[in-house]
Amino acid sequence: MVTFTLNGKERSFDGDPDTPLLWVIRDFEKLTGTKYGCGVAQCGACTVHLDGMTRRSCITPISTVDGSEVITIEGIEGPEAKAVQAAWVAIDVPQCGYCQSGQIMSAVALLQVTPKPSDADIDGAMAGNLCRCATYHRIRQAIHNAADAMEG
Amino acid sequence: MKNRIIALGATLGVAASLFAATLSVAQDTGTETSAPLKPAAEFQSITDAKQRSWALFEEAGKVIQHPRCVNCHPATDRPLQTMAMHKHQPPVTRGDGGMGMPGMTCNTCHGQANVEVIGQAETLKSIPGHPSWHLAPIEMAWEGKSLGDICRQIKDPERNGGKTLAEITEHMAHDSLVGWGWQPGAGREPVPGSQAVFGELIAAWVESGAACE
Amino acid sequence: MTVQQISTTRRAFLAGSGLVIGLALVPRNMAAFASPSGIKAGGEDALTALNTFVKIGTDDTITVLSKHIEMGQGPFTGLATLVAEELDADWSQMRAVHSPADDKVYANLAFGLQGTGGSTSIANSYEQLRKAGATARAMLVAAAAEEWGVPAGEITVEKGRIKHAGSAKESGFGALTVKAAAQTPPENPVLKDPSKFVLIGQELPKLDTVGKTNGTAIYTLDITPDNVLVAVVAHPEHFGATVKSFDDSETLKVMGVVDVKQVPQGVAVYADNTFAALRGRANLKVEWDLSKAETRSSEELAADYAKQFAEKGLEATNNGDVDTAFKRDGLQTLEAELVFPFLAHAPMEPLDAVFIKAADGSLDVYNGAQFPAMDQMTAAKIIGIDPSKVRVNTQMTGGSFGRKAQFGSPYMQEAAGVFAATDGSRPLKHMWTREDDIRGGFYRPMYAHKMRGAIDADGKITAWEQVIVGQSIMGKADLDETSVEGASNLPYAIPNLRVTAHNTQLAVPPLWWRSVGHTHTGFAVETFVDELMQKVGKDPVEGRLALLTNEPRHTGTLKKVAEIADWGSKVPDGRSRGVAVVKSFGTYVAQIVELSLGDDGAPRVHKVWCAVDCGVAVNPNVIKAQMEGGIGYGLGAVLFDAVTLGKGGKIMQSNFHDYRSLRINEMPAVEVAIVASTEKPSGVGEPGVPPVGPAVANAWRRLTGSPVRTLPIVNVVTS
Repeated sequence: MVTFTLNGKERSFDGDPDTPLLWVIRDFEKLTGTKYGCGVAQCGACTVHLDGMTRRSCITPISTVDGSEVITIEGIEGPEAKAVQAAWVAIDVPQCGYCQSGQIMSAVALLQVTPKPSDADIDGAMAGNLCRCATYHRIRQAIHNAADAMEG
Repeated sequence: MKNRIIALGATLGVAASLFAATLSVAQDTGTETSAPLKPAAEFQSITDAKQRSWALFEEAGKVIQHPRCVNCHPATDRPLQTMAMHKHQPPVTRGDGGMGMPGMTCNTCHGQANVEVIGQAETLKSIPGHPSWHLAPIEMAWEGKSLGDICRQIKDPERNGGKTLAEITEHMAHDSLVGWGWQPGAGREPVPGSQAVFGELIAAWVESGAACE
Repeated sequence: MTVQQISTTRRAFLAGSGLVIGLALVPRNMAAFASPSGIKAGGEDALTALNTFVKIGTDDTITVLSKHIEMGQGPFTGLATLVAEELDADWSQMRAVHSPADDKVYANLAFGLQGTGGSTSIANSYEQLRKAGATARAMLVAAAAEEWGVPAGEITVEKGRIKHAGSAKESGFGALTVKAAAQTPPENPVLKDPSKFVLIGQELPKLDTVGKTNGTAIYTLDITPDNVLVAVVAHPEHFGATVKSFDDSETLKVMGVVDVKQVPQGVAVYADNTFAALRGRANLKVEWDLSKAETRSSEELAADYAKQFAEKGLEATNNGDVDTAFKRDGLQTLEAELVFPFLAHAPMEPLDAVFIKAADGSLDVYNGAQFPAMDQMTAAKIIGIDPSKVRVNTQMTGGSFGRKAQFGSPYMQEAAGVFAATDGSRPLKHMWTREDDIRGGFYRPMYAHKMRGAIDADGKITAWEQVIVGQSIMGKADLDETSVEGASNLPYAIPNLRVTAHNTQLAVPPLWWRSVGHTHTGFAVETFVDELMQKVGKDPVEGRLALLTNEPRHTGTLKKVAEIADWGSKVPDGRSRGVAVVKSFGTYVAQIVELSLGDDGAPRVHKVWCAVDCGVAVNPNVIKAQMEGGIGYGLGAVLFDAVTLGKGGKIMQSNFHDYRSLRINEMPAVEVAIVASTEKPSGVGEPGVPPVGPAVANAWRRLTGSPVRTLPIVNVVTS
């Protein structure tokens, strides 16, 4: 039995301990904002925050999550999350939208540590998140805009 | 063996060159077992201490210069991957303390232990992991260096994290991140021998004068 | 008054027949789900259909039924804009959902059946959806006139408010929607003159953005009914291989695996959850019969294709006298052979479908594909029920780029077959993993081109011969237009022009890939023209303009892009620029690329300027986004992408680690200018793609002296 908190609520799981966190979140907890894109940590669509750090949930066995705090797109809060989501909406970043939960989770984590990121900082945080629609141009702009907005 | 990206543009031999190699981060193919590493005792027959010392280090060099080790001792801010030692994909960057950049630190993918990838690409069998997974500091870069240069670097407290030779021996013989090289997870060729044999080679090298040539 | 009682006689002109009767026939076990498409929960009952495309709720919301699937290219927003414009609605009122599947009512007027593709969503809907809006507006006005006892001609509508100045009456749409639905629709509603447009041409915020930033947008893979079975299929590593035998003993030991069955496409594993299905499939041992498989490697295929160059091909164009023209004196000539690899579309959401059987034997299918009615017919046939009992509930989909537009619905054949192999008592989700996707075929086919050209000292191209070898996407024995489009009708004034094609037969299934034939013809034509110009010292922009003698829209976009890029100004040291202009799907796009030699010896693209002429710009924001995205998608492909067949025909790539996608650090800055136009709108989903490849290759050749003859440009050599 594995216990952890998911968006602040205590949860437990007693299935196959190798089950990736991604599938626990999606199949068992039925939170579907976290997406499957590759299953091998190459695309970032499954990004969550695990104990405050970005984590690719597709390669995270649930057995390693015991006692941890997991935050998904449905539970992301705070000034960085608000600023990032507002910036995303303001310039219509998403196209198909499938990767955007992961993009936003990475962008929020970036701003939590680096409030005023450079382009290189953005590459450093975001290069693990694929977008096949190639909305990268707007992702970059939205992160800068979110940083500016937080600075007030 | 060094990674290189080439732009194909030749007008001749198109078909011959076109499909030569497009793998990027597919894991090693072939062996998942260690190549042999000679124990220190086998070097006792070399009577000249300096020669023996350097021979011991050359043997240890089979581990040190193995891609498994060099890949995380890169000369740039980009770690390497696979036996082909190409740049890491996704493109991660050193960051503070060699732990990656905010938003994509090493532990975004690399957990406390190796993780078997189940039911996905057969060319990507596992994701490496260790509690302190990180890059060696830039002054400890081994990528592209000769074994003699690496040897002198290992002895130089300015470039070895301020360690004495005794501490170096201890690190090589017992550090568990060094030890990961012998247990790199499914789909990866381990470094030669065992950490015990490697540790003995380093100890014998130090005892015999720590020669670097 | 119920929706069903509304007279339909006049409505027929809009869409052929019928009424919209509640699109969301949501099974009870789905009730816990958020409504999939952003429509207000609980709002459904209050919506009144004014016609097949427009429903107005008593809460003033206006829901447009999109006959086109929203896969990121923007039809929800675009079609809603067309309706809102003629309705004089306020943008904040607008919603969009997918229409039901119906080849008649919701036909793409360019195809004659329901379908999204060919960058036609706005083009074919432009008048139809405006008429739908204008009709609804007239019915609301008639209802207001009746309600208030005033002449309809004195009533005005603005920003969602209906007003009669004389009596100081005012109403929203919602209060009048039921009465409006009882009005007789006008035969020929008057459409606005474009000069009066309030919403068309504005950068309206997209309707689907918010749900795509907070995790609430629902895609097919997110549909998880209670007690759902998850199924994956073990597929072969060779195209055309079939199952010889399999051993499922280790699969059945996996916790959560329920069953294993052979299906025509491979071996299906059924499980209680996704991971159990994946682990179960990994534990299968399947022996494949390769007797009918494609066993040639990509290298062998390229050699076989090159042999075709000397054979007589299918004639696409033969103007003037090409052979004689090449013999003239004083010409510079150039020859080149180009090879284009197989390309996977690799949409972020792999193919998937969910099946739920209702108590009455009818079936709900949830999927996100571009020919919903074809999927409906296919599912019905495979499962063995009447098509009228199959409801296709189109979901937003995580990208497609052509992958989810398949005649004959081969994916649905597999998915429905996997469902049909069960007793149907449990809902079933069939999904492809990324490996299934990359190895699943239906690629942009491999092509080989042989080019020969002659140019005189004045920059006039006097002769041009092009031979194109590759699979017919349409499966034709004779000439396939999609193999030669953009080459057989190239825009430059070339008096002696011959283009021929050879169709090849492979077990690798082909498909259109974002911009279809232009993916390779655009590259071949635009790099070859550029190289010929360079031979005689002509400026790539000026030289092209001189040859575009009767092509004002090509000329307009080329001039525009040169203007915004300040073409001719000094380029920073170490950098080079390349240009290309391609018309595809009725839209003209010119791009200028600036690049340098990157650290790894590969092109580093810094900036792309783009000018687009797509007629009336319905939503400049969406147009710009499609250009930006098309540039990134095309750039990733020309730099990195190839699916290759290895020795014996084994598919070599399987996931994003060896089928590289462009990443944010490789994305150039993009600047888009829209050429002002009053022409009918044309599509923007695909046309941003074709020019970027040749523009990069042209800049690269001018920087390094090396012409690009094979794609991708970058190969990571790992030995």
